Amino acid sequence: MKGNIHSIETFGCSDGPGIRYIIFLGGCRMRCKYCHNPDTWARPDTFQSKEAAEVLQDALRYRDYWGAKGGLTFSGGEPLLQPEFLLELLTLAKAQNINTCIDTAGEPFTREAPFFPLFERIAEKTDLFMLDIKHIDPEKHRALTGRGNENILDMARYLAEQNRPMWIRHVLVPGINSDEASLRATAAFIDSLGGAVQRVDVLPYHTLGVFKWKALGIPYELENVPTPDKQMLALAKDILRAGDR
Amino acid sequence: MNQEWNSFAPGDWQHEVNVSDFIRHNYTQYEGDASFLANAKESTRVLWDKLQALQKEERAKGGVLDMDTDIVSSITSHKPGYLDKDLEVIVGLQTDKPLKRAFMPFGGIKMAEEACETYGYKPSPELHKIFTDYHKTHNQGVFDAYTPEIRAARKNKIITGLPDTYGRGRIVGDYRRIALYGIDYLVSAKKADLANCGDGTMLPDVIRQREELAEQIRALGQMKEMAASYGFDISRPAGNAREAVQWLYFGYLSAIKTQNGAAMSIGRVSTFIDIYMERDLKAGLITEEDAQEIIDHFVMKLRMVKFARIPSYNELFSGDPVWATLSIGGIGNNGRSMVTKNDYRILHTLETMGPSPEPNMTVLYSDRLPKNFRDYAAKVSIDTSSIQYENDDVMRRVWGDDYSICCCVSATQTGKEMQFFGARANLAKALLYAINGGIDEKTRVQVAPPTAPITSAVLKYDEVLKKYKMMLEWLAGLYVNTLNLIHYMHDKYYYEAAEMALIDTDVRRTFATGIAGFSHAVDSLCAIKYAKVSVIRDEDGLAVDYKIEGDFPRYGNDDDRADDIARWLLREFITLIRKHPTYRDAEPTTSILTITSNVVYGKATGTLPDGRPAGEPLSPGANPSYGAEKNGLLASLNSVAKLPYEQALDGISNTQTINPSALGNTEEERIQNLVQVMDAYFLKGAHHLNVNVFGTEKLIDAMEHPEKPEYANFTIRVSGYAVKFIDLTKEQQMDVIKRTCHDHL
Repeated sequence: MKGNIHSIETFGCSDGPGIRYIIFLGGCRMRCKYCHNPDTWARPDTFQSKEAAEVLQDALRYRDYWGAKGGLTFSGGEPLLQPEFLLELLTLAKAQNINTCIDTAGEPFTREAPFFPLFERIAEKTDLFMLDIKHIDPEKHRALTGRGNENILDMARYLAEQNRPMWIRHVLVPGINSDEASLRATAAFIDSLGGAVQRVDVLPYHTLGVFKWKALGIPYELENVPTPDKQMLALAKDILRAGDR
Repeated sequence: MNQEWNSFAPGDWQHEVNVSDFIRHNYTQYEGDASFLANAKESTRVLWDKLQALQKEERAKGGVLDMDTDIVSSITSHKPGYLDKDLEVIVGLQTDKPLKRAFMPFGGIKMAEEACETYGYKPSPELHKIFTDYHKTHNQGVFDAYTPEIRAARKNKIITGLPDTYGRGRIVGDYRRIALYGIDYLVSAKKADLANCGDGTMLPDVIRQREELAEQIRALGQMKEMAASYGFDISRPAGNAREAVQWLYFGYLSAIKTQNGAAMSIGRVSTFIDIYMERDLKAGLITEEDAQEIIDHFVMKLRMVKFARIPSYNELFSGDPVWATLSIGGIGNNGRSMVTKNDYRILHTLETMGPSPEPNMTVLYSDRLPKNFRDYAAKVSIDTSSIQYENDDVMRRVWGDDYSICCCVSATQTGKEMQFFGARANLAKALLYAINGGIDEKTRVQVAPPTAPITSAVLKYDEVLKKYKMMLEWLAGLYVNTLNLIHYMHDKYYYEAAEMALIDTDVRRTFATGIAGFSHAVDSLCAIKYAKVSVIRDEDGLAVDYKIEGDFPRYGNDDDRADDIARWLLREFITLIRKHPTYRDAEPTTSILTITSNVVYGKATGTLPDGRPAGEPLSPGANPSYGAEKNGLLASLNSVAKLPYEQALDGISNTQTINPSALGNTEEERIQNLVQVMDAYFLKGAHHLNVNVFGTEKLIDAMEHPEKPEYANFTIRVSGYAVKFIDLTKEQQMDVIKRTCHDHL
């Protein structure tokens, strides 16, 4: 079947282990104020559509570069917005023994049909989930992203129950989620997930994507928010026990 | 047997001049890691500080510290010079003082004088008279013989960078021969060649060879004399590691005292030197610290090579490069890695003395090199951005396992081959000539023979292609003619006796043409084929601009629609070159490399059908055009890797800059990822990769604050060589910054 692709990055070194081919799927329903890819927000069907087999064919041109650790990463946008397509691609990739990662914010997650049965099969074919936790507090999460976080945290719990390997990622935004109380609550949640969490990344907020907001004519609300200083970053890393677990 | 050869394994090398046979029988592979390396000795630190102070002074004086005006440089023209006589374990300078530039008029007296005057020195009136009235130079010979057509092509820069105003360079003497055999044996071998030259019939070839051999034998004698002035007797073989390095350096020094070629490479000396190091280490004569000291001091000498250049040369080759290219690594014909501890020591100089553009450090790469060595090279690359990599697996098939890199990226068989260097033809401009009927779009001069220009409103691919092929046919013929003439004169007026004395008498010659504007020619053809390109003409009907409607594939995205055109263009050009007879029956090759000259070539090239505006820099070497790469580094590498090395044996240069954070989160990840990239890229048959690891922010800061101490030696790889970033012209700095830096969000 066909899916909607925003773009491709053939050389990703920070979106999963080793060197990775990143497929950015189009479409996202979150409206994170610091999003560095607002050009992926539109409805999926506004992006170029491609057959799953064709997408994999293109990716395989880079297999020699992946080595033992690297492989495919599905990112976005929100890859879970196109679960059928994602499942087909994952199935094709696993048939060729390719390492697979999903880089997601978990927003589409629910334990209801029709999503959930698809997701269970997706999870089986995914070697690693990289899940963004943007804010631990539901209300503040809604203020920051336009959506609640209950189902996102539930997705983390589900993956933990199933013992699916995951990396938790947390973008540190000064004044938004950098206070100690929020960080400690986030840390407690991550710790409650147990051994499924293999790594925690604290990513400092950056402004490299702001030009895209301007190009799209969307007002950028975090205009006056600085990038985190070293001390703030060190504290957050310490509290969240950043790094491999 | 020579006592200097004690404990060496015997072989053919004992009975004939055959250094590679000696290496094969005697070297010790090393597969361990870098932990054996020693730190710099105190002497190295003191000397390096002194040299850096001089370099600083040189920069403060506008780029030249000191210059000769009254002495014509020769092997024996200067008394010994030192940086610090008591501390140097390897000695010898081009002139009597460090960084002082010699006066070298044989390439062209006008240029030698212009170089002096540019930096405020007054050339000697007496030498002016001698080299104008009494003795002709290479440059005058060339211009005496140039045709009006060649002059027009040169002036309008459809052919550019020709070695008609400077030494052609790129000839690598087998300097190791002096260490292994001593001068006297080499003289006797050349004398035997002279005695066996021809059958006694004095035809031009025989006469010329006899004269050249006599020159070579004379040069060997002068090397002995020069070495003696430093207190060394190189008539005999070198007896230990320090002597081996010193002996071969004297050979190289003789070359750079007599020739100011654009590229003056030292060659492949690492494994050879290691044999002497191992013997001395085993005998307890030296320690690892001593071994590193010898290499540090040797490499420091290569960091000091200087030539007096003219401004137009500096525009082409910015940052004062000499291409003292030093090749390390590689795999032997028998499949054994040729990596020794000495290859580590040479890379380690980038740590003991910090980054440096010279010597042009080149790793002959294969995924079969020991993993430890690949890791170490990647580490040093990430830390210093001072290393280039070339695919040993594709080069070994053509040149054997004892080739050297003789310029930026071109291979040559050490001691068996020489090259007629030929700069490059601008194939992007040639496309504009095809559209405009041979009229130059900038100067409006009829440069190529008049043909019917394209008159349609929208460019039709078949018509453009047909006319482009005709234009390339003309260009290839003119180009070969021009080079034939230049090299005839260079042999006649500026013969490289010192280098040729260290190369086999029956030498193989290659004829190195080159291509500029490659990616733009390809993208322009793609635009014409896949989009709608309308011509905007001025009042004279000359096509001066293009309107592009619709999308089109571009070279650099691993898209076969574009990459097939790239392959076609390369094949077409070298095929046309091969049709023509060459001077001394040299074998034609071509390259896709432009050094920093992409900026100057771009200035002289009008607006192109791919949308590149007039005057903008062309993309360097075989790099895709700026902004063309949409899918990241690996797609770009795959496109370049598709170009067949066999059709461009002079080299396909590719320069990439990766932001450290885009290469991995930790040092270990970055090393592993870089090694993984190079393994795969070279397995695909790619030829070359310049690796830079830094962010744009650092470049911008260095451009704005060149005085910061951390930028004094900030080295970056550009097309085919390395430069100190702060030594580039502002224009070139901007060009480097503008290029795609692989750094996704």
